[in-house]
Amino acid sequence: MEHTATGLVGFARALRHSGMACGPTRVQAFLAATEHVGLDDRSAVYWAGRITLCSEPDDVPRYDAAFGCWFGGAALPAESPGRPLPRPARIAALSAADGGDQDGDADKPLAAAASEAEVLRRRDLAELGAAEREHLRRMLAVLRPEPPLRPALRHRRSKRGPLSPRATLRELLRSGGEPLRLQRQKRSRRPRRVVLLIDVSGSMSPYADALMRFAHVVVRRSPASTEVFTLGTRMTRVSRQLRQRDPEAALLAASRAVPDFSGGTRLGETLRVFLDRWGQRGIARGSVVVLFSDGWERGDSAELGDQMRRLRRLARAVIWANPHAGHDGYQPVQSGIVAAMPHVDRMVAGHSLRSLEDVWSWVRRLSQPGMAPEERSVGLGQN
Amino acid sequence: MAVDDTLDMKSPAEVATALDETGYLPDEGIATAAFLAMRMRRPLLCEGEPGTGKTALAQALATALGVDLIRLQCHEGIDAAQALYDWDFPRQLLHLRTLEAASAGEMDADAAESSLYTPRFLLARPLLRALQESPCVLLVDEIDRADDEFEAFLLEVLSEYAVTIPEFGVVRAPQPPIVILTSNRTREVHDALKRRCLYHWLEHPDLEREVAILRRRLPGLEARLAEQVAAAVQRMRQMELLKPPGVAEALDWAQALRALDQNELDTEIAATTLGAVLKYREDVERVRAAGVVAP
Repeated sequence: MEHTATGLVGFARALRHSGMACGPTRVQAFLAATEHVGLDDRSAVYWAGRITLCSEPDDVPRYDAAFGCWFGGAALPAESPGRPLPRPARIAALSAADGGDQDGDADKPLAAAASEAEVLRRRDLAELGAAEREHLRRMLAVLRPEPPLRPALRHRRSKRGPLSPRATLRELLRSGGEPLRLQRQKRSRRPRRVVLLIDVSGSMSPYADALMRFAHVVVRRSPASTEVFTLGTRMTRVSRQLRQRDPEAALLAASRAVPDFSGGTRLGETLRVFLDRWGQRGIARGSVVVLFSDGWERGDSAELGDQMRRLRRLARAVIWANPHAGHDGYQPVQSGIVAAMPHVDRMVAGHSLRSLEDVWSWVRRLSQPGMAPEERSVGLGQN
Repeated sequence: MAVDDTLDMKSPAEVATALDETGYLPDEGIATAAFLAMRMRRPLLCEGEPGTGKTALAQALATALGVDLIRLQCHEGIDAAQALYDWDFPRQLLHLRTLEAASAGEMDADAAESSLYTPRFLLARPLLRALQESPCVLLVDEIDRADDEFEAFLLEVLSEYAVTIPEFGVVRAPQPPIVILTSNRTREVHDALKRRCLYHWLEHPDLEREVAILRRRLPGLEARLAEQVAAAVQRMRQMELLKPPGVAEALDWAQALRALDQNELDTEIAATTLGAVLKYREDVERVRAAGVVAP
């Protein structure tokens, strides 16, 4: 029996190497489960493992593959457990900035005058040099974007507001039934969910690093109410990776998760995948969605229009942050943008630190209750 | 292992048979998941597309075991008072007034107060009821709709199977209830809760099982019609719809066709009854354009 246990633990280790998060408690549960179902039946072992070791649907195909290798007699299992992880590729912008550290300028910007910082805030992110990027990184790190709020279902005590029958009765009980003090209540407030969709295709690559850092700052500020996805040729959810405290580690993990950095754009299709898998189920529902993209659509722009319409119907507000919108003489004429424009509440620039702060102020404004849709459509998106 | 006789099942196959008898047709995965949840005394987290039978599993399990199903429907802003217990203030107040009147003002304050915090005035909500009435099946439905704080609170209850009521003492389940949590993945469930649970991802049933489910749930449904409905629904699931139909929709459709005295699914009748299966105008249009009925 000892021997079998080693085999099973080995299998769990192989799974962990394939990227699944199965810690010791899961492995223990797996061993216990196999005791209950027995080891004779291959499919019973398969299900025992799947039920105890997997924790999300994405785990299932990985589990299936590993199970086939380990128990199906394929060649892989012998070397699989000990094999080191492949070294992840780093984001281009990140390594460029690392190179800049050596030229000695990198420390000075900390002491830079406020006016210089202000200039940097307005500079286009795509035009920054290595040292400026480093400075920008520090400025991003100290941003504290306050999460937008929405009215919650629950009430809390308040000095003013409607009567609270519950609290008043509780108070009455304390005084033996005499109505001494009336208790009042008002709606409490909770963070409204914010969804950041970041286009990481080739044409957006000069902005990708800064945008991901911005996303990290937002996620760190309110992890429970922020979701981040990258769009390119595929859609990837990176919220979990960005929840790490250390920005470098978080960005590295996110870049590892995203398979299509600097690839092509099929905004319409990836947006559809986002809406099918996450958006319609609830993540986009009632939240403020910010789409960072230049709108260079390689795919079908009619599809993009359809999906934007769908998104707008689900979300409380849709903000499009378009780096090109910050440039002089910009006209929204690209086919993708034209198709999406009618379904956007607000088109903003999003090309500099200053404009990112602007994006955030719109997120907060548009999430206020009582803003009618007509009032909301006041940007370039007026139509 | 001290397991109550009513809940003792020897193997996943036995669970499958018991579920089958209630009209729920499980595949091997569901049967094993339910079996392990009972044997290992761990909550079972079921995720999957809407309409794959997550909630129905809990109901079928309760029926199969002959125990009560206690259901806690989660929603945004749910808190401990709605899930665990609350005191019945109006009745407490009335009681106090009665005491006052009966004792003509010579009431012992301590005794009066302690008489207020008794089971008589305790309103047990689903979680407390599940602990008190165990063995039972506790269904925590759509946990992804609740807030993070509630998840943390639930974790506490589910790891101890006991709660402390300050005025009252500890309520501990004589044996842990069988707990089924469901989630539609509108939000990721917290890792800490996932670690505590067994996990099962439910897929839509395959053609054969769906036909069997239709015929089981709608006795007297003609085999040919059941097969046609199941095949059409299976094809719709391949079509990238906004809302792919679940088993519940297939059942609705078959029922609608039966109500119209149809023994066969042809293009015409399919087109007029699509509303029973598809809930989006875009989906209806797409399916009409592609044609769902096998020639």
